[in-house]
Amino acid sequence: MISGYLITILITVAIYAMLAHSLNIITGHAGQISLGHASFFGIGAYTSAMLYTEAGFPFWISVPLAAVVAGIVGALLGIPCLRVRDDFLAITTMGINFVVEAIFLYLPFFGGAMGMGGIDLPKWFGREMTKTEYFGLILLVFFFLLLLDRRMGRSWIGLAWASIREDEQAAGAMGVDVVRFKVLAFVLGSAIAGLAGGFYAHFLTFIMPQNFGFGQSIVILSMVVFGGIGSRWGPIVGAILLGILPEVSRPIMEYRILIYGVLLLGMMRFQPGGLLGPESILPRIFQRSVKGLRGRR
Amino acid sequence: MPLLEVKALSKEFGGLRALEGVSFAAGAGEILGIIGPNGAGKTTLFNLISGVYLPSSGEINFQGESILRLKPHQISRLGIGRTFQIVRPFQNLDVETNVLVAFGHSFYPSFWKSSATFRQSEILGEVQALVERAGLRPYGKQLAKNLPLGFKKRLEIARALALKPRLLLLDEPSAGLRFEESAQLMELIRGVRDQGIGVLLIEHNMHVVMDLCKRIVVLDHGSKIAEGSPEEIRSNSLVIQAYLGKET
Repeated sequence: MISGYLITILITVAIYAMLAHSLNIITGHAGQISLGHASFFGIGAYTSAMLYTEAGFPFWISVPLAAVVAGIVGALLGIPCLRVRDDFLAITTMGINFVVEAIFLYLPFFGGAMGMGGIDLPKWFGREMTKTEYFGLILLVFFFLLLLDRRMGRSWIGLAWASIREDEQAAGAMGVDVVRFKVLAFVLGSAIAGLAGGFYAHFLTFIMPQNFGFGQSIVILSMVVFGGIGSRWGPIVGAILLGILPEVSRPIMEYRILIYGVLLLGMMRFQPGGLLGPESILPRIFQRSVKGLRGRR
Repeated sequence: MPLLEVKALSKEFGGLRALEGVSFAAGAGEILGIIGPNGAGKTTLFNLISGVYLPSSGEINFQGESILRLKPHQISRLGIGRTFQIVRPFQNLDVETNVLVAFGHSFYPSFWKSSATFRQSEILGEVQALVERAGLRPYGKQLAKNLPLGFKKRLEIARALALKPRLLLLDEPSAGLRFEESAQLMELIRGVRDQGIGVLLIEHNMHVVMDLCKRIVVLDHGSKIAEGSPEEIRSNSLVIQAYLGKET
């Protein structure tokens, strides 16, 4: 058995990794900046919590439904959103985040500032799952998400996303339906964020609107940028490093947003591709050492 | 029935008339030159045909059907390929992938087809052939941003050809190229014509235009001022005026 403290960190980091991975689909693959990703995380968490506590749905149904609902809301918000570009998109998605947080905060239906409680870990074999088993479940789901991501990267959809990221007008001239593929990225990214929200709610057993605010969106974006926008493993590495960092020392926890901000600035200035991005330092060192080894032989 | 028919086409940008009542037709297997001084409306014309802008009035028919309200991706899927005056390759994708994107035009309309893998040997073979034809074989795995301008221009043509177009819109393909580069490009354009594809060619280099085109349309201040063979255009007083100014 792993200690309670360690498993808590592991699960939190895994959920962050899933979030960073999902934002990477929107921002990395399709090139659409989003500063409001935490809203879909929240929509997933609240959907799952409501379905579980109010409607009595089991975890195994409430969490997949959380992904579906977040995906649908992602489509609805994405269609008007994705007709604007770059800086306007950044502001629009930020606005969405504030609106969604405010809805959770001010509607009594969602429990208001008190949040929602009474959510439990899933049950199987007639008993509640242990945290270690829950962690295993998240990793298993993540494994399938990574397989899906790899499949997407080799499909025409992945290619269409890459072309939109590079040049929208040229993509349109090559037969790529720009709006449709952007919405598709938004739906998929939002749905996975919703899934992560479901896992989060059932793990914390208690959720509050503040968990899904603009600050959270910036944390997720920092992980993606830090690890490497667009690469498959970069955002995950970013989530692991930035997720563990505040656990290492409490002072870091207090200045978390400040440190993330400084990191973002530094990365943009010196390593815009992120740790694992193309032309950045880690892959270069790796390649050089591989070459060095070959040279010696 | 001509391949492309443009009738009384006009475009205003907030009171500025960029194009005014332009009409012409282009056939298959023909290179139609479009010339005119800077600001004559040549690129606006291309952006109207390819659906980037909506015309203020007029008609555009392709193979007998109106393409007036179609979006750029729909127009390109019908078989109108284009290049850009300021090159727009997908900079961070390699040469082969640039061409591959355009091969997807028949897969993108359906979700199921577009979720299939692009790693199909026939398509990858066709990509190789097109890259070879554009003379870019040795650079297939290079990122587009690392290519010199002449190669980028040929890459744009290869990419447009991957749409299997009936009509190709080339916007100043030889601008900024050295003599040899532009000669290679002309060879490529001739090959495209001989394949039976219609070509609209915007060009400032008169050697290129006079050499490639049997027919030329001249625009000035948004209006068509002349149309005819290179000889006719060369001796047309309106054209001379537009380029050199009035004789006093």
